[in-house]
Amino acid sequence: MTTTTDRPRRDPSAGPHHHAVRTGRIGAGLFNPRQLVTSFPDAVRKLHPRHQLRNPVMFVVWVGSVLTTVFAIGDPSVFTVSVALWLWFTVLFANLAEAVAEGRGKAQAETLRRARKEIIARRLTEDGDEERVPGVELRVDDLVVVEAGEVIPGDGVVVEGIASVDESAITGESAPVIRESGGDFSSVTGGTTVLSDRLVVRISTKPGESFVDRMIALVEGASRQKTPNEIALTILLSTLTIIFLLAVVSLQPVARYAGSPQSVVVLTALLVCLIPTTIGALLSAIGIAGMDRLVQRNVLATSGRAVEAAGDVSTLLLDKTGTITFGNRRATELVAVGGSAVDDLAAVARLSSLADETPEGRSIVELCADRHGLPTTATAEEQAGEFVPFTAQTRMSGVDLAGRAVRKGAASAVRAWVSERGGRVPDEVDAVVSRISADGGTPLVVAEQAGGTVAVRGVVRLSDVVKPAMKARFAELRAMGIRTVMITGDNPLTARAVAEESGVDDYLAEARPEEKMALIRREQEGGRLVAMTGDGTNDAPALAQSDVGVAMNSGTMAAKEAGNMVDLDSDPTKLIEIVAIGKQLLITRGALTTFSVANDLAKYFAILPAMFAGIFPQLDRLNIMRLATPQSAIVSAVIFNALVIVALIPLALRGVRYRPSTASALLRRNLFVYGVGGIVTPFVGIWLVDLVVRLVPGIG
Amino acid sequence: MSSTVAGLVQVGLLVLALAAVYVPLGDYMARVFTSTRHLAVERAIYRTVRVNPDAEQRWPTYAAGVLGFSFVSIVLLYLLQRLQPSLPWDFGRGAVEPGIAFNTSVSFVTNTNWQSYVPEAVMGHSVQMFGLTVQNFLSAGVGLAVAIALVRGFVRSGSDRLGNFWVDLTRAVVRILLPMAFVFAIVLVALGVVQSLSSGVAVTNPDGSSGTIALAPAASQEAIKELGTNGGGIFNANSAHPFENPNSWTNLIEIFLMLVVPVCLTRTFGTLVGNRGQGHALLSVMALLWAAMLTVIWWAEAHPNGPAALLAGSGTEGKEVRFGIPGSALFANSTTGTSTGAVNSMHDSFSGLGGGGTILNMLFGEMTPGGVGTGLYSILVMAIIAVFLAGLMVGRTPEYLGKKLGRREVTASAIAILAMPTVLLVGAGIAIMLPGTSAAMANSGAHGWSEVLYAYTSASNNNGSAFAGITVTNGWFQSTLGLCMLLGRLLPILAVLCLAGSLAAQRKVPATAGTLPTTGPLFAALLAGTVVLVAALTFIPALALGPIAEALA
Repeated sequence: MTTTTDRPRRDPSAGPHHHAVRTGRIGAGLFNPRQLVTSFPDAVRKLHPRHQLRNPVMFVVWVGSVLTTVFAIGDPSVFTVSVALWLWFTVLFANLAEAVAEGRGKAQAETLRRARKEIIARRLTEDGDEERVPGVELRVDDLVVVEAGEVIPGDGVVVEGIASVDESAITGESAPVIRESGGDFSSVTGGTTVLSDRLVVRISTKPGESFVDRMIALVEGASRQKTPNEIALTILLSTLTIIFLLAVVSLQPVARYAGSPQSVVVLTALLVCLIPTTIGALLSAIGIAGMDRLVQRNVLATSGRAVEAAGDVSTLLLDKTGTITFGNRRATELVAVGGSAVDDLAAVARLSSLADETPEGRSIVELCADRHGLPTTATAEEQAGEFVPFTAQTRMSGVDLAGRAVRKGAASAVRAWVSERGGRVPDEVDAVVSRISADGGTPLVVAEQAGGTVAVRGVVRLSDVVKPAMKARFAELRAMGIRTVMITGDNPLTARAVAEESGVDDYLAEARPEEKMALIRREQEGGRLVAMTGDGTNDAPALAQSDVGVAMNSGTMAAKEAGNMVDLDSDPTKLIEIVAIGKQLLITRGALTTFSVANDLAKYFAILPAMFAGIFPQLDRLNIMRLATPQSAIVSAVIFNALVIVALIPLALRGVRYRPSTASALLRRNLFVYGVGGIVTPFVGIWLVDLVVRLVPGIG
Repeated sequence: MSSTVAGLVQVGLLVLALAAVYVPLGDYMARVFTSTRHLAVERAIYRTVRVNPDAEQRWPTYAAGVLGFSFVSIVLLYLLQRLQPSLPWDFGRGAVEPGIAFNTSVSFVTNTNWQSYVPEAVMGHSVQMFGLTVQNFLSAGVGLAVAIALVRGFVRSGSDRLGNFWVDLTRAVVRILLPMAFVFAIVLVALGVVQSLSSGVAVTNPDGSSGTIALAPAASQEAIKELGTNGGGIFNANSAHPFENPNSWTNLIEIFLMLVVPVCLTRTFGTLVGNRGQGHALLSVMALLWAAMLTVIWWAEAHPNGPAALLAGSGTEGKEVRFGIPGSALFANSTTGTSTGAVNSMHDSFSGLGGGGTILNMLFGEMTPGGVGTGLYSILVMAIIAVFLAGLMVGRTPEYLGKKLGRREVTASAIAILAMPTVLLVGAGIAIMLPGTSAAMANSGAHGWSEVLYAYTSASNNNGSAFAGITVTNGWFQSTLGLCMLLGRLLPILAVLCLAGSLAAQRKVPATAGTLPTTGPLFAALLAGTVVLVAALTFIPALALGPIAEALA
């Protein structure tokens, strides 16, 4: 049996932790100009009217292209043929934008498909025998056996055994994860590989509906439906199209009255230039690219609606551990007891941790180095000692040297160790231990046996350490109007300490699932949209209730089904990035809409004088671009209108620049860039195109 | 005092007067529509028409009230005109002919007050007082009611009720329009406006011929004609007639009356939504566009470019000497910006740019500051479009005043926005193709088209002012202009009430730093830009072959 070693394509710069966390800026997606060429055949296929009907704006252009083609055939001239040709290019470029966006998803789907190879499953029959059946024949509730080196044939729940599983085919993460029956780590995904031991898995999805299948459908855009905001925008764009259709159609009788009736080709050219083709052409590409940007960050959204909702989120529920604080506690204080000097305690604590490779152990060595100037590396003599590792049974670790032993660990375990060796634990230790526990720290008691005496030297305090970037991040979120709530199982005292240090807006301490649920409901009743992450089965109701529920891939199947996004990296910090991606998607849509509408002014200045300068010479004063001839003016406007679509494809796919800031600042900037820019750009663009077009014989 | 200085003083006085009443009147109107108490006279009205004033309505019921009331009003006004010979003070003017009667009843019920008749010759005092004047009050009241219903849509959260149309209409008339109109009618009489039940006085002209100078109960109609942004004159010359508008003071008061309710409604809006800045933003957009258009029209009339005007030194043709160019430009700008449609000068005689300015004022969709009620709801619809267009650029699905703008809201706003250009362009486009039209036009060429365009613009926007120069009494004009008035009024009202219903049903989203700010200069600039851009993009082709071609000639 083969297992795939292919990992889904990763762009290191788009990884979760790099610039995004540091600067808060959402990095650009990939765009390679070669995609324009490779997607061309798809773009041509999309010329079919059935496809065009889905987009009212581009359908009008399509009809216009057909109409002008008919007239160009009836009355061929350089002008009519040019207009007809460029109208077809306009439709084609719109198709190209969509095809390029879809093409990127297809490449990702291809990689995923390799993970879903034909797998022969070992199904358990009712009498306990095994039979070999193809993976596609598995049904829900079938039991299958998977052993080391074999690929798990379908999504399911481990009902027996514990094993390490390589999930790199799905997540790209090469470190294996532990899967075991019962608890929060019982779900397995089809297409992943068991590395050790043996599992019995109860299949939980039908063939074709597995997690990988859904991922493939999502990234390919097969199940893509218009989101609510896209629908609303399409209505507005259709309204504008109707207005311009009216304006152009009603122009003809007036033109006839004025003694200058216009040809169908000219009127169609005017109409296509006026209707919002730029945003009409790029709208679906923007939506697909938004989903795609999430996929690049290893997040799968079940719908575009979820991505939009992410932009609207006004309350973020963040788990304390791993998101706001480092996943592991660190040593922050040494408290000597029983008359020991702190320096003595430091020496013993360091010694006990030298060989301890856990993060807590390393943090003790670092603390001793920082505060007491002790070396971080072991001397030859110290290296000779025998390391006693931490186990769930002993709950302590330490070193045995010649005639000397040191231990650090949970108070009760160390107390037992000391008592066994005839030592006595002073009451003072209990007082220190309970004080540290009371304000949220974890006490590690340190004891030493030297010669015949056994004594407790002191207590090391392990506490939560807030990630350095979080404070700035929360300030940024506050400026964006997003409230952050820290969720923790800690007592209120600890929670408040961490909340104050990290700058989070609010916290929920000793949080139980029902309290989390109540908090979400409360926020939603106040009209706020809530986003959260979760992994356990008991998170599932809250994930389903929240507007954006991001399930960790490491979590249970129940959590993954309840949420509307899955983070393959299982990185709870990513929620903040997901919000930024949602906002960037909406901003891109708005920016290109504004740009598209603002473009129209220049097109009037190009086309109206061209149409009527013959009958009203004074209208030539509106020809401020000094376009060469009426024909060149109209053709130039049409060409600009088509080319601007191609020029904006990279922007539509990448998304516009977005930095977290207040709505006022964003509006001011984007209104200037895309509103004012949208008015000015076509004046320059049409003028430039005309400089070339005027050289064409028969037009210029 | 030069005419320019006099004009500036008039503008200054006007702004001061509006500023003085802005807060008290705006807040008074807010109280009128939120009060839970009914006046005795109101209770009597509710009892008579069998309405429970404390039962609130869903939007379809509210809309049915508006539609039903408008329909009954049209029928009654039509019958009143047709039955004129049986009424007192008919002066033998006979039954009003059906085409005129239809057009006029639609016109007055829709707050358009387009007049395809010569009042002195066609309408007796009974039709004027019991028909037209009554509708002047009621049509303005309907506008106010619809605007307040929309504001309630923003204010309410998770509610399916918009208030009670009958209560809103009654209060608008009884507590706002009647008292103000009464006071100003007396002020106008004191300043020389005629108030008489006589049909006229016989005079001997200087050349020895004899004639009659028509008289009418003018002051009582004049006050509500301006206050309700109606505009239908009791004399054919409208506010250019010395009996309707005898001097600069009455001129200024009439302009003040046109502007006062639409302007102060922005305060009412701000007070009701609990954020005065929201009202100020709308007011600043209205004021900006009003001032800009006044500058254009005033400048254009002071710098005319026709040969006759150049000879005369200014564009005084068609203007009253007692108002001069500033008084005429100020009146023309305000009457077209408020959907009033009263005139104190011949807009047909304005220069290409000046006349085009009055057309553009109407093409903005009557929101600078617009008609009574209609101005507020029109600019709110435009604000929704602006927020939707630009609001995405702050990275959230757009919301205005805490209400999300989704499919339903955008659809309703789109219909409200689409109605006017559709009936206008279709009507004018067909009209210009008809052979009968060129016979009806006083001019050919670009100006001829301007006349047709003006007529359909005025009707579709429920303005009612006439460019004049075009004879609109044939069956085609009477019926299509009537249809334009009806659809241009009722389609947006239906859409606005649907919008209000959908907004009221939503829960309010609290504003955060991430919410698009809809107060302050940036939003005002965005809204003003949207109003201008939408009007410009829709109508530039039509304007290019008329006023623009004229102005550049």
